[in-house]
Amino acid sequence: MNPQLHPQPPTDDAPARDLSELYRADSLHIRCFIYISFVLLALGGVFGTLQALDKMQVDLYRFLPGNLQLYYMGLTAHGVVLALLFTGTFIIGFLSLAVVHGLRRPLADRGLAWATLAVAVTGTVALLITIFRNQATVLFTFYAPLKAHPGFYAGLVLVALATWMAALNAWLTWRAWKREHPRERTPLMALAALCTWAMWFLASLGLAVALLVYLLPWSLGDKAQVNHLLTRALFWFTGHPLVYFWLLPAYLSWYTMLPAQVGGRLFSESLARLVFLLFVVLATPTGLHHMFVDPGVAHRFKVLHGIMTYAVIFPSLVTAFTVVASVEEGARRRGGRGYIMWLLALPWLSNPSVAGQLLAMLIFATGGITGLINSSLNMNLIVHNTLWVVGHLHTQVAGAVTLTFMAVSYWLVPLLSGRELWGRKWAVFQVWSWFFGIAIMARGMHWMGLASAPRRTFLTYAPYAERFGEWHWGGVLTAAGGVIMFVSGGVFLFIMLRTIFGRRLAEPVTVPEAQPLMEPGPMPRWLDRISPWFALGLALSTAAWLPSLWRMAAEYPTMPGFRLW
Amino acid sequence: MDIDRYERLWIFLSAAVLIGLMLALTYSIYGLDIRLIGDAGQVDPATVTQRPPFNQPGVYEEGPGRYRVVMVARAWSFQPAEVRVPAGADVTFQVTSLDVIHGFRVPYTTINQMIVPGQVSEIRYRFIEPGEHSLFCHEYCGVGHHVMEGRIIVEPAATPATAD
Repeated sequence: MNPQLHPQPPTDDAPARDLSELYRADSLHIRCFIYISFVLLALGGVFGTLQALDKMQVDLYRFLPGNLQLYYMGLTAHGVVLALLFTGTFIIGFLSLAVVHGLRRPLADRGLAWATLAVAVTGTVALLITIFRNQATVLFTFYAPLKAHPGFYAGLVLVALATWMAALNAWLTWRAWKREHPRERTPLMALAALCTWAMWFLASLGLAVALLVYLLPWSLGDKAQVNHLLTRALFWFTGHPLVYFWLLPAYLSWYTMLPAQVGGRLFSESLARLVFLLFVVLATPTGLHHMFVDPGVAHRFKVLHGIMTYAVIFPSLVTAFTVVASVEEGARRRGGRGYIMWLLALPWLSNPSVAGQLLAMLIFATGGITGLINSSLNMNLIVHNTLWVVGHLHTQVAGAVTLTFMAVSYWLVPLLSGRELWGRKWAVFQVWSWFFGIAIMARGMHWMGLASAPRRTFLTYAPYAERFGEWHWGGVLTAAGGVIMFVSGGVFLFIMLRTIFGRRLAEPVTVPEAQPLMEPGPMPRWLDRISPWFALGLALSTAAWLPSLWRMAAEYPTMPGFRLW
Repeated sequence: MDIDRYERLWIFLSAAVLIGLMLALTYSIYGLDIRLIGDAGQVDPATVTQRPPFNQPGVYEEGPGRYRVVMVARAWSFQPAEVRVPAGADVTFQVTSLDVIHGFRVPYTTINQMIVPGQVSEIRYRFIEPGEHSLFCHEYCGVGHHVMEGRIIVEPAATPATAD
């Protein structure tokens, strides 16, 4: 047996028409996911803007009708809709396309794809109904013993199930491809998508246990008590790697698509593979850093997770080199010169899809640094549960991830809808304004957080807020950034709407796919197989989590439920 | 697997920086003894208010310059809501919750803690300067979360007590 796998024989770039023929088979359900994600982005964004204004003590809630006046209900909607539903639906759609294009074959089971959509929509509707009827004002972290309506937990189960179904479909597609191509290595784009799903499957086991074994039976009345510290820990088992579930599709675009968009090539395919595989191993044994100041969690496991969180930064540092080097290669082919000035050869003002992703990377770098601070347990004592953490989270999700998704949409929606992108100049304005909006807002939040302002708090009516003069200007920046993002988000949705109902494309659009810079030679088998990495990740996660979880499950006191809203 | 020269250099540098940070963190914990709160024991939430110490929340002087503050958090107040301790004293807060998860934050200090029902949070701190500190909940605990606050008044160091 040859231990080395050979690359796919170079396809003499299949004509665009053949590729659009390929996409057509799965285009409709992918389109449904992407369009639903846009609707969710609009819904969640409105509440975000109201919350940003609250930080400078402007209360717009009182002008709203009915339940919409409730700050914490809106806050729950904002978190659930954006952090779980917008990201989840966009990612399912985008990764499906990456698998289809990467393997050059339609999804293995189209019926399963439609069932995935049905389950995701049912879960989303259940969540929205319970939240907007004010039956689940428990925020997106739903810490027990706050007890929501069973429909809320059932909705979460369905949404999680939909992600597993999408993962299964990707895996089935890969298996069918592998049968046809036993001696070829999996193309990078498909491997990146499969790694994302493998990482997420491992990570989401915590959430599945929390919901199915504890929270859902408890909310249905089958169990009177809940082990609240255990379900909180299980939430963070999934809750931290959830960030990598958002991030890896953005990485997929930065590694395998963006270099082609700037006319460059991927600097190192082997390292790109290694990065995605490392996330499968390192993403999950980190989540206790969200519980650094919890009682009842042994100190040594807090230290262990803090150190593991440093380790998971390693693949991101590798990314910083490889992706920038790939982009630089493109810039030099476009005529860029010098050590730094090559940056000017990039289409900052002419290509919204490229500009948006480059700006997303800039924001992401700042979030990486604040993330290091959060995981340092000594410094965490200053910032834990303050608006600083909210600033960090928003640089990563609203900045790096959402801005990349918007930028990707500028070629993805024309591809799926067969319509021409409307208003390219507006799109350039949109990505820049979003970039400045998030930068200003995050600056305000970090500032307030360092001055001890609590997160997730209705500050307009907090009696102590007036004693902290230092919060004022941070609040003004937070609100200003939030309003800029509101406008920018509105422009994005308007562009999407005009595109979807716009002029037909003259020439079909295809997925940009970067070719490797170095001659793709044989590659060790361990860079082509996910299962050993998954096993390693499972072993590490078990070692890092099981002792704490076991003790909580066996010994810790339980509580009845409370509805305090 | 071919790796470019500069890329290899970058990878080594990245790894070195991260390992350096890991060592610094480990040193700060085991060398400088910067401890996070660990496990200070469990209480039965059903009977917690009937048994010591949480049956009588308050401030207790345990010895010269040593104080223990026994506190309960519930939606949406701390009991006692006002704590008076002398400047320079070693204060141990012993806090639990009677209902949901709360937070315990004294701004501009390292007092930053979760309060979980069934668990005891023990926080040690020494207030150097006399003055007044806010104390508020920083974990969402229902509609009244933002009004959940207390106050810590640090009095000038106690003059020797006069016999009474």
